[in-house]
Amino acid sequence: MIIEATGLRKDFTVRRKVGRFRREKHVVSAVDGVDLAIGRGEILGYIGPNGAGKSTTLKMLTGVLTPSAGRARVCGLEPVAQRVTLARRIGVVFGQRSQLWWDLPLAESFSLLRHIYKVPAADHAARLKRCTALLGLDEFAQTPVRQLSLGQRMRGELTAALLHGPEVLFLDEPTIGLDVLSKQAVREFLAEVHAAGEATIVLTTHDLADIEKLCRRLVVIDHGRVVHDGSLDELHARYGSRREIVADLDAAWPGLTLPGAQVTAVENDGRRVRLALDGATAGEVVAALAQAVPLRDLSVQEPEIEDVIARLYRRD
Amino acid sequence: MPRASWALITAGFRRYATYRQATFAGTFTNIVFGFLRCYIMLSVAASAGGLLRGYDSAQLVTYVWLGQGMLAVVNMWVPLDIAERVRTGDVVTDLFRPINPLWTYLWTDIGRAGFAMLTRFTVPIAAGLVFFEMHLPRNPLTYALVVLSIVAAAVVGFGGRYLIGLTAFWLLDTRGAVAAWGMLSTVGSGLYFPLTVLPEWLRVVLWVGTPFPSLLQATADIAVGRGDPLLILAGQVFWAVVLLALCGAVQRRATRKLVVQGG
Repeated sequence: MIIEATGLRKDFTVRRKVGRFRREKHVVSAVDGVDLAIGRGEILGYIGPNGAGKSTTLKMLTGVLTPSAGRARVCGLEPVAQRVTLARRIGVVFGQRSQLWWDLPLAESFSLLRHIYKVPAADHAARLKRCTALLGLDEFAQTPVRQLSLGQRMRGELTAALLHGPEVLFLDEPTIGLDVLSKQAVREFLAEVHAAGEATIVLTTHDLADIEKLCRRLVVIDHGRVVHDGSLDELHARYGSRREIVADLDAAWPGLTLPGAQVTAVENDGRRVRLALDGATAGEVVAALAQAVPLRDLSVQEPEIEDVIARLYRRD
Repeated sequence: MPRASWALITAGFRRYATYRQATFAGTFTNIVFGFLRCYIMLSVAASAGGLLRGYDSAQLVTYVWLGQGMLAVVNMWVPLDIAERVRTGDVVTDLFRPINPLWTYLWTDIGRAGFAMLTRFTVPIAAGLVFFEMHLPRNPLTYALVVLSIVAAAVVGFGGRYLIGLTAFWLLDTRGAVAAWGMLSTVGSGLYFPLTVLPEWLRVVLWVGTPFPSLLQATADIAVGRGDPLLILAGQVFWAVVLLALCGAVQRRATRKLVVQGG
């Protein structure tokens, strides 16, 4: 395992005003006993609502925050005690923070990082060439970072995090605030990095399309605890989210019962019916439907990941 | 010197070199205030019979213009980015790097000071040379000691400002600490008047107990030939080392209790 965490916990002390002059101390557990085991080469989605403890976990795994309890090992190292050694072996992108030098052109930030990470010139040049080609950095490499658009800056941040050839890439909301094209570019780039087997990727995001497109494994955290660890399909199965057939009819819905499917809604004066697949395949239900009623149009809808996650956050 | 340090110094130099209009405006202001301070000092000396507590006119002129030039080099009242980065939580990216943030900030600030030497220092000194009669050391070694003393002053200035910046880990808003440092350092460094005009007990307290004279007065004294230059330089180096050690200790404590603001 390249990342291991056992009972990882982070408590913060918060002082609340209870009188004119009195304040009471309260201990808030941002992360409350997280267990994680991530294998080399995995790409993992680490999601949860705001304040769930995602970023705090990442900061403990990168050695920036000292855990209140529990144990973590990343690349075989203890993150806090061996922070500097670990920093050479991991790459980090925090979507809302910048690791680039604001006043300098992007290219100079890259060159500065080469010296800081002590990367051999040839390795640096090869990685930079690849990132430039994949992310189209040429157009703005000589522009000072302060003048870059958010999308351009994020491409720069991803490059900066990869130039030293990290074994693990921690990404905290890398697509936040980006337009559709920039999001697509970032996702394609990450998929490429993963496909090349270059780095294990831990991705936190609120954009579930990132997860659908990139991650086979999903860890959901809420109130500092892991509430799901498995694939997306497992999540759907666990929360009973089902595929749905939407049928537009030439006549009003006669109120039939179809084996293996459940009517969830009848709309449009009875001319549209929604059927959730409940054991039967889409083909079986469509065939039964076509025999029973005259069909005008038909579509099969996959369960919305947003709905499942929202139910999970609400603890339905 | 390791390559990373040199790269950071160069980056610091280039960062500040991009702000040319600000450099021009700052240099112009330093020169204007140089003239004002020079006229005031020379008037005071003239009314005191030509000597101000042992400084003759030429020494006073050197003291004033050296101070005006060094102001931007030691950057006395300009806080370092670190306080703002702690407040916003951006300090987290400084800690992701395989280098102690203290050294990152130090080398970048030395680069900035280098750029200030080439612009904000040399132009006011040239103005002083052209328009006034300056005391110029005869011994070439003194010039070398002045340069070393300016480097030490820049490190002392950095140490003080970094320490003030680190208070953001506890205070979040460092404006009070920055104002206090600005006030104490300008008076204590001898920017407004040579420290020799103060009562002896206060001078002893300042020189022995604080790093402030190392910011300016020490270099001026080496340049005008007051006191033992090697002893003065040793004092500056002592304060530079003490402040950097203190910065390292405070930073270690701060990062242990670190709370990254804003997720």
